[in-house]
Amino acid sequence: MPTPTEAVASVFRAEYGRCVATLIRFLGDIDIAEEAVQDAFTVAVSSWADGGVPPNPGAWIVTTARRRAIDRLRRESQRDAKESAADRLIAVTSPTPSEFREEDFVPDDRLRLMFTCCHPALNRDAQVALTLRLLGGLETPEIARAFLIPEATLAQRLVRAKRKIRDAGIPYRVPTAAELPDRLRSVLAVLYLVYNEGYTSTSGPLVRTELCREAVRLARVLADLMPDEPEVRGLLGLLLLLESRAVARVSPSGGLVLLVDQDRTLWSSALIEEGQALVRWCLRRGAPGPYQIQAAINAVHSSAGSLAETDWRQILALYDQLMIVAPSDVVALNRAVALAEVSGPAAALTVVDELDLGSYYLFHATRGELLRRLGRSADAAAAYSAARALTANPAEQEFLSARLASVSS
Amino acid sequence: MSQYLLSVWHPSTGPDLSAEQMQQSFADVGALNDKMQAAGVWVFANGLRNPDSATVVRVSGGDILVTDGPYIETKESIGGFWVLDCPNLDAALDWAKQATVACRVPVEVRPFQPDDITIEEILADAD
Repeated sequence: MPTPTEAVASVFRAEYGRCVATLIRFLGDIDIAEEAVQDAFTVAVSSWADGGVPPNPGAWIVTTARRRAIDRLRRESQRDAKESAADRLIAVTSPTPSEFREEDFVPDDRLRLMFTCCHPALNRDAQVALTLRLLGGLETPEIARAFLIPEATLAQRLVRAKRKIRDAGIPYRVPTAAELPDRLRSVLAVLYLVYNEGYTSTSGPLVRTELCREAVRLARVLADLMPDEPEVRGLLGLLLLLESRAVARVSPSGGLVLLVDQDRTLWSSALIEEGQALVRWCLRRGAPGPYQIQAAINAVHSSAGSLAETDWRQILALYDQLMIVAPSDVVALNRAVALAEVSGPAAALTVVDELDLGSYYLFHATRGELLRRLGRSADAAAAYSAARALTANPAEQEFLSARLASVSS
Repeated sequence: MSQYLLSVWHPSTGPDLSAEQMQQSFADVGALNDKMQAAGVWVFANGLRNPDSATVVRVSGGDILVTDGPYIETKESIGGFWVLDCPNLDAALDWAKQATVACRVPVEVRPFQPDDITIEEILADAD
């Protein structure tokens, strides 16, 4: 049995975003909604310790949060003689909110909040911080730690972003069909960025599990809310397939293990199965996009029982398709890795050398691998050192040092 | 309803367009103005003379000083603007997207302060 505090913590993680999204609709203000939900969870800690967790904890939180918010607004408006924001809010909110029930949750509330947090009028850093704070319920210090920025910087970023939403009049709504493709891209990019930051954190430990887990959780929420969007399912499939290899990707000492060297028995078959089912659904829909294709590439890796069984031709064909829908030098670099398996390292090196990615550590690391396979040890060593100088992640640095040593001896 | 300023940012040396392009741009802006008026969002719009034509007035040591402008020399400056009444930022951005196409230069969207803003609110926002 979990302790009451643990129970509250797990409800908090699962229900926070839904409750805040609902309260924003009732109260019309993000800050007041956040405060009310936090108040309600504080009440829950003592209340649930006595009476146990209620059957619909999310609905309980919303009911409590509404009552607390209105009490607070009444107190504040009594202190202030002049008409205040509080009076205006009370005027539009029912004076004695009734019991909020599980079936009163409106799925669109959370979707509206996602689109508000990822509005293109906010910069990407602000979008990420708001999404993790308001939808993920991550505390400011947690987010600051995960992104290795001072807490005060992150707090300021959140304050500014919420102020811009209020002052610039960013609406709390789901975009129209015409705007949707553009606006959805921004939501997907934020979730993918959160996952990637967790997957190879800029520095510190190789993986920040909490960020990866949060990105997967939010991608699941988004897929529930927009079940017909192929790219949403594509992103969820991609994240699940990457996540299926998370354990195998880190050595017991915290080092990086490349796909080719991974112990495939450590891969999570449940996540692979779920990810591959999503990829099959996407294929049937026949509306490929960048996330779906990347998911498909990862699905091919996942279905190979050993490295030798990997269908590199299929992977290369998918990269060719990705180069058509979302061409970039980074995609071309990844495609070259598959090309090396199909046509040999020399052909791949010719492609890689054409790319303008001199400041990207994986460009040098990939060149290093290709040069090593071609027996050009001195060139490989130079490439590995260039790569090592460009990553701040200790696990990756250690990996590259080992590679460097292997070609230098 | 909120009011938004849509400012049009030209190179300070003048628009970088041929006579034909400029004529087309003027026609496009005219058509957009008509559309905004028909939609009931148009409050005001006009183009400005070149920044060289500006004059700055300020209080200095108890005197009022008049100097040749502009106030700040920048590579780009406001070449004109719209004031629009819109329900929210998305509506203002929709118009701004059409405005930047018509003007051929970037357009900045900025909300006006509401009439009932308090000094406390302004100070709280100043950090």
